[in-house]
Formats: sequence, structure tokens, C-alpha cells
Amino acid sequence: MKELTSNETSTLFMLGNEAIVRAALESGVRFVSAYPGTPSSEIIDRMYEIRRETGVRVEYAANEKVSMETAAAVAMCGVRSLCSMKHVGLNVAADAFMTLAYVGVKGGMVIVTADDPSLHSSQNEQDNRFYAKMALVPMLEPATPHEAYEMVKEAFEISEKYGTPSIVRTTTRINHARGVVKVGEYRKIEGEIKGVFDKDPFRYVVVPMVGRRLRVELLERLRKLEEVSEKSSFQIIRGKGTLGIITSGVSYLYVEDAVRDLGILEKVKILKLGMTFPIPRKLLQDFLSEVESVLVVEELEPYLEEAIRIVAQESKWAGKIAGKEYIPRAFELNVPLVRAAISRFWGISYKPRYEAISPSVLPRELPQRPPNLCPGCPHRATYHEIKRIFGSEALYPTDIGCYTLGLLPPLSMADFLICMGSSVSTAGGFSVAQDRPVIAFVGDSTFIHAGIPALINSVFHDHSFLLVILDNSTTAMTGHQPHPGASMTREGLCEPKVRIEEIVRACGAKAVEIINPIQVKRSCETISSLRDSMEKNPGVYVLISRSPCPLLERRIVKKARRIVFRVNETCDGCVRCLGELACPAFYKEGDRVQINPLMCIGCSVCAQICKSIKPVKLH
Amino acid sequence: MEREEMLRIFCVGVGGQGVLLATRLIGEAGLLAGISVSMSEVHGMAQRGGVVESAVVLGERSSAVLGEGEADVMLAFEPLEALRALPKCHSGSVAVTNTAPIPPFSVTQGGAAYPSIDTIVKIISREINRFYAIDALELALKAGSDQAVNVVLVGFLTSFMENLGKKIFPSKDLLLAALRRTVPSKIFDTNRLAFEFGYNEFRKLL
Repeated sequence: MKELTSNETSTLFMLGNEAIVRAALESGVRFVSAYPGTPSSEIIDRMYEIRRETGVRVEYAANEKVSMETAAAVAMCGVRSLCSMKHVGLNVAADAFMTLAYVGVKGGMVIVTADDPSLHSSQNEQDNRFYAKMALVPMLEPATPHEAYEMVKEAFEISEKYGTPSIVRTTTRINHARGVVKVGEYRKIEGEIKGVFDKDPFRYVVVPMVGRRLRVELLERLRKLEEVSEKSSFQIIRGKGTLGIITSGVSYLYVEDAVRDLGILEKVKILKLGMTFPIPRKLLQDFLSEVESVLVVEELEPYLEEAIRIVAQESKWAGKIAGKEYIPRAFELNVPLVRAAISRFWGISYKPRYEAISPSVLPRELPQRPPNLCPGCPHRATYHEIKRIFGSEALYPTDIGCYTLGLLPPLSMADFLICMGSSVSTAGGFSVAQDRPVIAFVGDSTFIHAGIPALINSVFHDHSFLLVILDNSTTAMTGHQPHPGASMTREGLCEPKVRIEEIVRACGAKAVEIINPIQVKRSCETISSLRDSMEKNPGVYVLISRSPCPLLERRIVKKARRIVFRVNETCDGCVRCLGELACPAFYKEGDRVQINPLMCIGCSVCAQICKSIKPVKLH
Repeated sequence: MEREEMLRIFCVGVGGQGVLLATRLIGEAGLLAGISVSMSEVHGMAQRGGVVESAVVLGERSSAVLGEGEADVMLAFEPLEALRALPKCHSGSVAVTNTAPIPPFSVTQGGAAYPSIDTIVKIISREINRFYAIDALELALKAGSDQAVNVVLVGFLTSFMENLGKKIFPSKDLLLAALRRTVPSKIFDTNRLAFEFGYNEFRKLL
């Protein structure tokens, strides 16, 4: 971590996200705001960890829209700001983003959007390059951590010079790649983070009259940015051949390796676009005129391909253009895929030195290893208790967080999910359009992110469901980031700034109950009486199931384990514990269940559902 | 064997085993050696018991994302995951696996069957000429921590690569220097010992 704030230039082996942090610091960023989301989270996390050394104000925002608006206001005062988010985060921020492009900024403002081809940890694989095109905002696309470092610096310069936010669009293979980065000098900026906001309401208050004028200015700015793109040093041409390849981002690396493997370095001419919005049309025209045919190599949508087809049509270029009919549109690319596409398009034969080992040598069915709720996770207890009272027949809309893992059998406590906060609003819709009882699950951080307007909406419209807020006092899945209602940060315990129970009461829920799910009997009684009330008097009910994430709690409280649980000789082998709790610490030995003492954290939930499970003191 | 100017190392294991740190050690040592090095990781739900994969590429290769059949070296931290990742390897690959199993949930709960270690070793040996299966957990415990499985394996691999004459793989000295830079000082001694145990384990097999 020290490396991130070292003053000198040096060569480091850095994570893409760390390279982005370093570049922002060198660029004089004073304000960073983000809602965490894989693969972008390390940007805000590292910034947060070093905030005291750097004097940068770092805010974990309630959601991406809030982060973008806050950062925009800071930039509007001439102070450089950064906000980062995963690809779907930009959907949340899109309302702010589209019109911020009109209003522009005074100080440099960089938006990092981290796309996730192959959906390593996301619900979709949308291609956020179209956001730049839709908002007419300049976009840079790095291929390596070092390029991410250089491009963030350039993005700040472009932003400030042309008065527009800039996008740096990464993918998982940039954010979570490690590479050699040559960093420059960094000087901490001393003093308070204060700029100046010059009032100019007929420029900054976007009523239609102002918006119309800004729209025209936006198009004028676009023409200037087109010039920037034409001349950008990030548009790189390699080779002198007549087989043209146009690519961007991490796909460029696959192209380089594939071309080397195929031994066609002399035959190809590669255009690697680093600035992919605005599209450098003249540069593309010139490139096309020097090659006979073109293969466009890009992940996800045919974003470049469509632009190139337009340029070809405008310049009456008659060569063959190929893209998505050779390059897969779904999921990440890699060297073999790109090599095969090049080989097929130009009929270049390739004999690998070694054969890949065929998956057919493996046994037909290897046991899968899906991620799982941790031993002692309070979500497991809540799911058990809700299921005991409402059964499998109820409808369970869920949300985004660790608890989404409740999807997996035997818990099977998830029926519908589309995005952050959707549990609450879809529960309302389901309660209108079908007859099963509806119980929605949402995490504490996710509730604050996007659940509150939905809850108010359901109260307003007399929807009928139980909202279970799984409050583990942290944003666990993305790495334990704090949120306004959290009582723990990675640095220790804290008082929550906002109390979730007060919010839900103020939203008008019919009843709000709080349980500690680790107390099974008492929790079941509360849930059962909630069910009775819901039957008698339908409406929106809220249950806050509150117990801290044990992973984080153990780390910050450093509480030693005092007891673990053990199955004694009275076990009759009913394996109900496996079917109902499925704690990873359980294992089956013969017909009976045992508990792995190394994994058991002593939460006691299993002992409350089975008399044969007893505590053992640790010494 | 394969061309010397590049080496693609694929690491695979289970969340919590320190797969990413091991990969990073090799990368940091590569940087100290002044060679071109890149690495890719898949984070995500690692802490929740899922599979963790990462790759480090030394030398003349731009991408650290490995497709099927692209791993020259496989370093597996868990035998079932070694087997599952076998299609990442090719007929000229070499491989090392830890033999201490971490049965996945589907097995411990009594549904699926974990293949026997013998079966796993037999299948991999059929496909890969130079393949070693070692109990890295035992060596790590001997060094003082079950958390040091990753460094035992890196030690073993270092000795193995020396033996194969892979000059592009960083030397023992550089790996120890990288270890000192990367792990907290209070656990350095345990890790250094774990590295030595792994390193010597390979030499015993010669």
C-alpha cells in the first residue's frame, strides 16, 4: 500500500485498480466517491485506506447516482474528482450522467466504468461503451494496468480542458490484471479541499431553455473532441501488412499474441484504438485505405464494427469487413478464440505445437464447488426461520448481496432478481398479480442503495408483502465496505449514522420488527406473529434481521472462539440439519452428520434445531 | 521443451488458500528479475469457498488470460481443482498439485462423490509427463501454519523450474526477496521456512 503514495517515480507490479488510484493521485484528485461493485471496488477501497496520507476526501456513496452527482458538484467548483462503478452502476447513475454531459464540469472529473464480460460477478454483460456514445462523452479504453494509469491521467486533462466528464472504460481483465506500471511523481496537495462555484444559473440550471442551448454546445464540443480523438497518442498503429485488424481494450493483447502465434506479423496492420469515443473517422478512413480487408476484434457488442462500417460506407471503401460473424459476441475473448477467428477469416493455417488436453479425459461428473454462505452466516439462520414459518410455497423475490446465495439448494430461498433494490418493488408487483404470500429479501446496504423509494411506493399503493432486511451491518459481498446504516467498518465498530428501523417506520410500514436470527425460537415466534398480522390486515410489513457479518466481526473485534459444536451419540441420522441449514461445517460420515471443528464458529443455530448437537469448550 | 521466451503459469485452488498471493509472488519476483510479467485474477466470491483461478505469464506474451490448452505450468492447491483445470494444460505442460483435499459442499453433504486422490493422480499422470503430487499441507503445518500451503507450493515449483532449466522463471533468491516484500513481517519467518520445505521437497524427489 505504501507504494501507492510513494513520492518517487518507480516501476511497480500493480493491480489495474491500483494503477487507476495512483494515476488519480498524481493528477491531483481531491474527492473520490463510489458505491462498491466488482470489479471496480478496489479503486474506492484503496483510496479509502490511504485517505489520511493523501488528504483526499473519500466517500462510500449510498449509490452510484449519488456518487456521480456529488463528484460532479465538487468538479463544478474546480476541484478534481473521480467516481468509479461497475458497469450496471452506470445504469443507476445514468440520469445524472446524461445531463451532466450537457452542463459539463470545471475541474477534471473522471468516471471509471468497469464492465464484466463473462459475468464473473454480475447479473449481465452490458457493453458500456454505448453510454459514451449516447451521452457524447469522451471515452478511453485501456488494455493493461499501465495504460489504465496513463489514460486516467489523460482523462483528467481532457475533462478539464474541454469541460466535460471523461469515461475510462475498463473490463475485469484490466481491473483485476496485475502488470508492470511505471509511475510518476506524486505530491500530496496540502490544505483544505475548497474550490469556487461561480454562480451562473442560466448555464447550470437545466430548464428546457438552458438545455436547448447546452445541447448545441454539446455538439460543438463533440467536434472538438473528434479532433482530440484523431490526434490522440492512444490510437496506435502497428505493422505494415495489408490484413487489417482493428481492436481496442484487452482484446488488443489477444490480437498481439494470436498474430505472434500465427507468425503473420509482417502481413498484418493493427489499429488499436485507445480513445473509442468519439470515433476517429479520418484515422479509420486512412487505415482502411491502406489495407485490403479488416477484422474487427472486440468483446461484447459490435461497437467498433458498426462505426467502421459507417466510415467504410462514407469513404466508399470496398474491402471486406468482418466482426461478429467471426468473433463471439457473448463472453470474454482469449488468445485461442482470436487466433481461430483470424485463421478462419484469412484462411491462415495454424498447427499448435502442443495439443490441448481434452475435457473428455475427465470423469463425466466432477462435484461442483459453488460459493456458499459462510459457516455461522446469520443469513442462513434467517432463511431457515422464514422457511419454517412460510414454507416453500411463498414467493421470495431477492436482491444483490451474499444472501443471493440463498438461491442454492437446499435453502432455495430466491425466486426473482433483476437488479439492486428490485426485491422491494417486484414484491409489490407480485402481491398485486398473484396469490402466493410474498416475502422479499434485501441486504442493509442494498436497501439503502435502492430499496427506499420502492418501499415508499408499496406503502403508497397498499401492496402486501413482508420485506426482510438482512442487516449484517456491512456491505459484505464486495469486501466489507461501510454504509450509512452500518455499525462496523474495517477499522472497527461505529455508531450507525442512519437507523434502518427509523427509515422503514418513517416510510409507513404497517409494522416493523427486529430479530436477532441467531436466536431461533424467539425469531420464529416474531415471524409467526407477523404472518398472523399480515393475514388479518394485509399491507407492507418489515422484519429487520440483524446480526453482524461474522467474517468482519471476527476481524475487527478479534474475538477468540470459545466453543464449537459437536454432534453427540444421540444423533438418529435424520439429517434434518443438512436439509434445513446446510452449514458448510457439516459433513456426512456414514449415515450421520458431523461438524468440522475447524470450520464451526460456534454460532449455535444448529444446536437450537437439534438436541443432538452440543457445545464443546475450546481451550 | 517449449520455447524459452515465455512461460504461462496457471494457478488454481479454493478461496482462502492464498492462490492470488502465490501468483503475485512469482510476478513480483519476475519484476525484480527485470523480465516482462503480467497476471490476471478472478476475485469475486473467493471468500465464500468457491474456486479461485489466476495466471501469471513471464516473458514474451501480452495476455495473462489463459484459454484452453494454454497453461505451460499448472500449480494446483487442491487435487479436485487440479483435475477440473486439466483442460487448461497441453500435452507439453508440467504440473504440481497439493494432495490435501478440500471437499466441496456437494460432497460433504452426502450428494456427490469426491474422486479418490489415486484416481486424480492417475488421470493427470496419463496426460502430463512431469507431474508431481505433494502433501503441501503437511509441509505447511511443519513450517508452522496451514496458511502457508501456497508458499510451500511456490518453493516446490521454484526448485522444479530450476531442474527443468527454465531460466525465465525467477530464482529462489528473487522469490524470497519478493516474499519479504509481499507478506507481513511477522509471518515472514514461517513463510520462508515453508518455501524452503517446498523447495527441498522437490530435491528429495530427484
